[in-house]
Amino acid sequence: MKDPVIVFDHVVKSYSLYHHITGGSKNLLFHLPSALNSIKNSRYEVLKDISFEVHKGEAFGIIGKNGAGKSTILGLIAGVLKASKGRVIVEGRIAPLLELGAGFHPELTGRENIMLNGVILGLTRAEVGRKIDEIIEFSELGDFIDQPIRVYSSGMLARLGFSVVAHLDPEILLIDEILAVGDIEFQKKCLAKMTGFKRSGVTIIFVSHSMEDIKKICDQIMWIDNHSIRETGAPRDVVLNYSKLI
Amino acid sequence: MKNKKGLSRFEHYRDLIVILTQKEVKVRYKSTVFGYVWSIAHPLAFAFVFFMAFKVVMRIQMEGYAVFLIAGLFPWQWFSNSVNASPMVFLGNVTIIKKINFPRSILPLANVLQDMIHFFLSIPVIILFLFIYHKSPSLSWFYGIPLLLGIQLLMTYGLSLMISSINLFIRDLERLTVIGMTLLFYFTPVIYPETMIPGRYMKLILYLNPLSSLMISWRNLFLNGTLELSLVLVSFIYSIFILVLGYLIYAKLSWKFAEVL
Repeated sequence: MKDPVIVFDHVVKSYSLYHHITGGSKNLLFHLPSALNSIKNSRYEVLKDISFEVHKGEAFGIIGKNGAGKSTILGLIAGVLKASKGRVIVEGRIAPLLELGAGFHPELTGRENIMLNGVILGLTRAEVGRKIDEIIEFSELGDFIDQPIRVYSSGMLARLGFSVVAHLDPEILLIDEILAVGDIEFQKKCLAKMTGFKRSGVTIIFVSHSMEDIKKICDQIMWIDNHSIRETGAPRDVVLNYSKLI
Repeated sequence: MKNKKGLSRFEHYRDLIVILTQKEVKVRYKSTVFGYVWSIAHPLAFAFVFFMAFKVVMRIQMEGYAVFLIAGLFPWQWFSNSVNASPMVFLGNVTIIKKINFPRSILPLANVLQDMIHFFLSIPVIILFLFIYHKSPSLSWFYGIPLLLGIQLLMTYGLSLMISSINLFIRDLERLTVIGMTLLFYFTPVIYPETMIPGRYMKLILYLNPLSSLMISWRNLFLNGTLELSLVLVSFIYSIFILVLGYLIYAKLSWKFAEVL
C-alpha cells in the first residue's frame, strides 16, 4: 500500500455561532454578559470524530445530504479551515476546482482571468505564461478568449475554470460538484482528463450528488450522514446503501 | 502553495501582489470611457467646493488657497478611498477565501496599491496648479515623494488590514468607518493650515492624529519642496505602529475567515 497523502485523525469541527455578533454589536453591547456566554457555549458541530485516509493516486468520493459536512471536509483539506480537535495531515500541492466563475472577474477577458486565477491558485506569472496557450486550446473558447467574461455563457465559464485547474499540475485535486455544467462533449473531456490525472498519480477528492459520476471515477467512497461517517467502502456498495435510504 | 519554499515562494507573493493590483487598476479603467478623468474629478470637485465655501464666501485671508487645497486633498483622497473600500475587501472575495489557501493579506494590499498608483498618476494635475500659481516642482521631490509614498502606504495598509479583518466579525464597522473618516478629515489640517488651529487644540490635532504630520508633509513638499524631519519621523513611527497593530489583528483573526464568511 502506498503512503497516505491525506489523513484525518479523529477530526472534530465545530463553529461558534457568530450570528450573535454579526446580528449587530448593539445587541452585543446591551446584553454583554449573556451574549458572551452564549457565544462561548453555543457551538455547532459540523463534523464529529471523522477518521479516514486517502492514498496517493486514489480517487476518493464523498457523498451525503446537503449540510452533512462534505464541504467542510474539503475546506479542512484545502487548509482554509482549522480542525477544532484531532489532526488533519495533507501532503502535496492542492488545487481546488472552484464553482462557476469563482475567482474570476467579469470585466476581464478570458485570457486575463486565466492569469489571475492561475496566480491565485499558486503558480507564478511565468509558469502561467508557459501554459497559457495549452489552457486556451483545452478550453475551446476560440475568439471569445479575448472578450470580457461577462459575455460568457455558464458552460463557457465552466470550461475556462476547469481548463485552468486541469493545467496546474496538482498533486491533490478537490472537486466540489462541478461537472454538471457544460455540454456533454466537454463533460466527457473533463472526465477523460480526470482519468488521465488518476493514471498519472494525482489524488482526487470528489464531492458529488451524481452517483453515476462517482461510480465512474472513484475507488473509494465515504458516506457522511448527520455529521459523522456512516459508511466507507467500495463505490458500488456504498452507493447502493445510500440509494436505498433515499 | 503550501510546500513552496524560499525563492519561488517569494516569487509567488510578488506575482500575487502584481496580478491583483493589475486587476484592480484594469477593472477601474476598463468599463468607463473617462477612467483617468474620473479618478481626478473627485478631489478636484472637492477642492472646488471648499474653495467656494472658504475663499469666495467666507473670504479666508490666504494666498493661493486653491493650490493649497489641491496639494492636500490629492494625497488625502488616496488614504480615504483605500480606507473606505476596506470593509468590502474580504467580503467581496468570499468564494476564493472559502476555497483557496493563499495569503489573504495581499487582498487589502492590492487595494491600497491601486489607489496609490492613481494618486501617483494625478501628480501632474498638482504640477499644473503649481504653474498656474507661479510655483514649480522641486528637486527634493525625487526623494520626498518616494519617502512619503512609503510612509502612507504602510499606514494605510495597516489600517486597511485592521478594518477589513474586523469587519468580517462585526459588520457595523462599515458604517463606523464612513463616520470615522469624515471626522478624521476635519480634524486633519487638509483644508486649513496647521497655523490657524487655536493654541490649545494644536498639540491634540498635530500629534494625536496620525494623519496630520503626513498630510502637512505632503503639502509642504508639493508647495515649497521642503520636508520637515520631525514631521516625517512622527508619521513614520505612527505608520509602523499602525501596520504592526493591523497585522497582529489580521494574524489573530485570519484563520477564522473561511468560517464566518
